[in-house]
Amino acid sequence: MEWLALSAQEWTAVRLSIWVSTWATIASLPLGVAVAWLLARRQFWGKAVLNGVVHLPLILPPVVTGYLLLITFGRKGPVGSFLDSCCGIVFSFRWTGAALACGIMAFPLLVRAIRLSIEAVDRRLEAAAGTLGASPAWVFTTITLPLILPGVIAGMILSFAKAMGEFGATITFVSNIPGETQTLPSAIYTFTQVPGGDLGALRLTLVSIAVAMTALVASEIFARQVARRLELE
Amino acid sequence: MTLSVDVFHRQGSFTLKAAFESSGRLTALFGSSGSGKTTLINTIGGLLRPDRGRVVVDNHVLVDTAAGVFVPKYRRRIGYVFQDARLFPHLTVAQNLRYGSFFSPKADRYSDFDSLVQMLGIGQLLDRRPAALSGGEKQRVAIGRALNASPRLILMDEPLASLDEPRKAEILPYIERMRDQLRIPIVYVSHSLAEVSRLATDVVRLRDGQIMASGPVQETLAGVGMPDAPTSRSRQSQDEPFALIELEVVGAEESDGLAILRSDGGEWRLPLGELRVGVRFRARIAASDVLVAREVPRSISALNVLPTVVESVSEPALGTCLVLMRCGSDRLIASVTARSARLLQLSSGQPVHAIVKSVAVDRLLI
Repeated sequence: MEWLALSAQEWTAVRLSIWVSTWATIASLPLGVAVAWLLARRQFWGKAVLNGVVHLPLILPPVVTGYLLLITFGRKGPVGSFLDSCCGIVFSFRWTGAALACGIMAFPLLVRAIRLSIEAVDRRLEAAAGTLGASPAWVFTTITLPLILPGVIAGMILSFAKAMGEFGATITFVSNIPGETQTLPSAIYTFTQVPGGDLGALRLTLVSIAVAMTALVASEIFARQVARRLELE
Repeated sequence: MTLSVDVFHRQGSFTLKAAFESSGRLTALFGSSGSGKTTLINTIGGLLRPDRGRVVVDNHVLVDTAAGVFVPKYRRRIGYVFQDARLFPHLTVAQNLRYGSFFSPKADRYSDFDSLVQMLGIGQLLDRRPAALSGGEKQRVAIGRALNASPRLILMDEPLASLDEPRKAEILPYIERMRDQLRIPIVYVSHSLAEVSRLATDVVRLRDGQIMASGPVQETLAGVGMPDAPTSRSRQSQDEPFALIELEVVGAEESDGLAILRSDGGEWRLPLGELRVGVRFRARIAASDVLVAREVPRSISALNVLPTVVESVSEPALGTCLVLMRCGSDRLIASVTARSARLLQLSSGQPVHAIVKSVAVDRLLI
């Protein structure tokens, strides 16, 4: 079983991937909940457009998303140069850029899971909370949020797993720099490009499969829990 | 407390146009389904914004569309007990009960958690989740949850409608206790004549989004089936006109097994049964159980002969007239044949005697 042990470079890639995916998921969560709530609850002009934009990364070739990020958030891009000069935030060729790319690619999955659980919440419960004196913000935090929590967690798990596997947009936007932007899929890709890299690629592939399976099973369990919670009454 | 409502609201083909005022302890909004009861109660609770109108509780203007006032539901401090309890499934019973008190302003908090729990008999349920409660228990917790927010007014929308008969019987005494022990006025929506005649102090009768009558229960329900009655009336049906009389037991004739009772208009004899001196209750007397006599009858089996004054006699329908009589502050209704009405020359202002068989008095416990 010696061959299963990960090399230092492989470990770096796995650790970086987990780091990047965690950040991508956590940072996109508040926006994800807000967008999911808007789509589930509000009627407004341009709702279809917002819905389309959110789902776009799911359909566009990842290279296109990566390229769009590059020309927008790159050092010379309008948003990238602004963020650099005002707050010193740089995305291009940094792990932060990898997190941004992963977050955007995983965003549709996050929003979808949360939106579905918001739509499943019995609005009569929220009305009841209102008659008890809770303002809309309190209703959201004390009633809606606890009820959708399993859905939110399921969305986060899916989002995390998607981020772990993101390749096209990341490599286009921030390249493939070991220790900085070389995530797990990028590392596998590199291994397949060099002679004798098969074993490394295989090991990382197994890690990928394990992560994906765990995420799917966990997400399924949480989704079932949200269903049970909402059927209580 | 005075509740004053004057609203107009259109929803699809349904139009609600209702104005009433009430300062009763329990005001029932009474009518068949689709009559606008729930729409009306929702405008009071703030769950619905009426197209036009005003809603005022005491001196708090909650809705005044002309002035652009609409107080949101979470600032009204009006409790709402829904037909389907609507307990929060992710909270325990105790957390559900305490939910509203967290939001009520400290200075206005009057609810005492422990005595409320005791009054509703839910002490042993506090740690449970709503899913583990029976229908009746859920409804009691829902009542407690609304009360514990220290509301100025409580709305109840058919709180018994989704319960079976034993569960209804389980909840009714708690609602009566609320009405009699707590000082919070209640607005109670129901389509059940039995519930309304047992619980209400005041009634607002609705039909097709319009108010047919409103006022104290004895007068309003005594009018059920009165001049605007549908022409065909089946005897003993729920629609049969009846009168409600408040009675108090003042003595007993043990040897005959009879209780002596007093209403505002006279003295009654009823089977003693479990009646004890001091007990007060509301009796329901169907129009078909009341006879009318010009003179005090002699040698008659009926024990209750009450002096009354005819208030009105309805136009005959299917050969029957309804005679409305005043008996002190109470009213009695008799249904007599058109021929008897003619022979007795019944007309308003005429003193007559109403005769009620003791066994015909339907006792509604208060």
